[in-house]
Amino acid sequence: MSNEQSPAPAQRRALRLGVAGPVGTGKSSLIATVCRNLADELSLGVITNDIYTDEDARFLRSAGVLPGERIRAVETGACPHTAIRDDITMNLLAVEDLERDFAPLDVVLVESGGDNLTATFSPGLVDAQIFVLDVAGGGDVARKGGPGIARADLLVINKTDLGPHVDVDVGRMVADAATARNGAPVLALSRKDEDSVEKLCAWVRWINREHRHGRHLPTDPGPMAPHFHASGEADELFHTHDETR
Amino acid sequence: MTVDEISVGSPAASADGGRPVPQQVSGMRAQARVATELRTSPGGRQRSCVSTLRSQAPLALRLTRAKAREPWAAHAADIARVSLAAGAGGPVGGDQLILRVEVGPGSSLVLSEISPTLLLPGPRGERSATHVRIQVAAGATLIWLPEPIIAARGCDHVHNVVVDLDEGARLFMREELLLGRHGEETGRVTQRVSVRHGGRPLYRQDIGIGTAGADTPAVIGHHRAVGSALIVDPSWLSDPPSARALPGDAALLPLSGPAALITASAGDNLELRAQLHAGLTALGPPWDPGR
Amino acid sequence: MVDHGAALLLLADGRFPAGGYAHSGGLEPTIAAGRVHDLATLEAFLQGRALTAGAVAAGFAAAACGTLSDEDGKRFIALDAELDARMPSPAQRTTSRQLGRQLLRAVGAIRPDPRLEHVGARPHQPIGLGAAVAVFGLGRRDAAWVALHESVAGPAAAAVRLLSLDPFSTHAALARLGPLLDELAGSAVAASHGELDDLPAGGAPLLDIAAEDHAVRHTRLFAS
Repeated sequence: MSNEQSPAPAQRRALRLGVAGPVGTGKSSLIATVCRNLADELSLGVITNDIYTDEDARFLRSAGVLPGERIRAVETGACPHTAIRDDITMNLLAVEDLERDFAPLDVVLVESGGDNLTATFSPGLVDAQIFVLDVAGGGDVARKGGPGIARADLLVINKTDLGPHVDVDVGRMVADAATARNGAPVLALSRKDEDSVEKLCAWVRWINREHRHGRHLPTDPGPMAPHFHASGEADELFHTHDETR
Repeated sequence: MTVDEISVGSPAASADGGRPVPQQVSGMRAQARVATELRTSPGGRQRSCVSTLRSQAPLALRLTRAKAREPWAAHAADIARVSLAAGAGGPVGGDQLILRVEVGPGSSLVLSEISPTLLLPGPRGERSATHVRIQVAAGATLIWLPEPIIAARGCDHVHNVVVDLDEGARLFMREELLLGRHGEETGRVTQRVSVRHGGRPLYRQDIGIGTAGADTPAVIGHHRAVGSALIVDPSWLSDPPSARALPGDAALLPLSGPAALITASAGDNLELRAQLHAGLTALGPPWDPGR
Repeated sequence: MVDHGAALLLLADGRFPAGGYAHSGGLEPTIAAGRVHDLATLEAFLQGRALTAGAVAAGFAAAACGTLSDEDGKRFIALDAELDARMPSPAQRTTSRQLGRQLLRAVGAIRPDPRLEHVGARPHQPIGLGAAVAVFGLGRRDAAWVALHESVAGPAAAAVRLLSLDPFSTHAALARLGPLLDELAGSAVAASHGELDDLPAGGAPLLDIAAEDHAVRHTRLFAS
């Protein structure tokens, strides 16, 4: 495992938090939201994985949520899934460089290039990961499952405010996701819904605390490693989803 | 070192390029040498003077005047100017020519050429070779403006250039290779350039035409002319130029060191010259000779 | 010499996790310039690349492989300067050092060896490769083979994504290049025992120009 190769013991270095999910579901926007709300209390850095350009890094820099030098782009050469799973060297070096240049960092957010439902982060690259879907992608996507949907540390169903416009029953979609995840946390998110944004931030604070205290065991959502999600506290953050109905 | 110390025509080794030269069975051997030094007149004025000028047919070196606006030299005074004239056609297969250039501390030399070099095959398919050995001392400047080398069909030539620059030396060096005369299939030329600066490698490149792989899209493709200008400027240690693409298939490439290469591939020599000129324009004065 | 064929295959495998998949070896800008557009022009490109950049990489990989057992890193420094002098394109120098650094990061995790520190933090890829090959107990010829294989296999893999070519035809082109690569590996090994100035130095002006064009292109599929 790469953790054995890391320059510092796991609890001393930053939490490496992956953000994966299909194209256009709002990964960059979610990261911008986290940065906007937590940059004052946590020292943050961002690595983006772009396919054609450094568009995502530019978006985040222009959003002004973090100093530009804390946002770095990795070019993945048409292989976004390879860069976060099969061959993580480029991303790992980018993360380690960022941690070194801005030590001590609390959280490094790694945004995957937009890919399909099967792409998840290697446990050698991140400690925890968020998988992002959006309601505009179709209400049945959550039910279809897949490693990221079923076993990421957090599943976000984004753009819930768009539900009525795309004929998606958000409550139903969240319930399907909760079923697919055996009760592991699901967050219905809209950046227009301050309460949901606060829940996202609360989850990031919580996972960071778990990591800091050595209580978080990185688990791989990959298809070969289904796992039991043991944390009770995280579930309590999301025990109801009713308010998004 | 004197010119007599160079062994000419030895089958074992080149003048000092380090690479063995094939056994020669015929052909001309000639060597020429030019050296400059900075002299102070009784009035205290300093001038670059030619201290050695040795020719051997067909290589003839002559004192000359500026024939066009020259990079760097167009902006400077008190420069020695020497021109190389190859008295006979060729080199022809089997010929071996040696040119030695020494630019002494603080002096400046513009070395130009009267006409292009036409490489021709030898009577028995022998290889011809030109060895150019250049030394430029600290504070000295060499502006070397050879005319194009034209590879006539069937030629087989090695063009070996070894340059030793002391730290603080300045250099402009142009190389242009044309693949045959108009409409002619190209002969074979291997151009080997090795430039060291303060004893460290600065630029080391072999360019072949008519050789394996040369006409591929990775190397020079179907272009008929390929060339470069290498510029070494001590002021770039602190303020190097930036890389840029130039019109056509050309680019300005800052090297790892106080130097830049303008590299170009073109349909003909006219276009090639224009591309190299565009690179100099991009560098600005003093390297831009103006029009 | 001990037979280490399995280690050789491991290092030469395109799936070795050192980030090479993100690069096309100059093929993407060459296609953009219209110089490569079908199998014939691709094969010519690969041949030209093997004879220039590939041969240079092979010579330096072989030399670096023979250097790892030295007491210190002095010869690595000399090799580094020689290879810098053979890469006029700053974009190519940057890419080469990025790939070298990634390779060392991967090999340091896969097969840690204190001697790798002699190579420096950001070696050119062929020099890092030569050192890695030595760490795996392999020899100069193996280093040259891997370097030459990578010099054409990377662009060939990229070609399938950049052109309307099927993977069988690109691999057929690679197969046809086999004898040339073997011959170049032999030359690289011979050169690696000689003077540093005589290490392969074949220049490729169009690759140099393409690398700079690509570096400033806003939209691209591959990093180089």
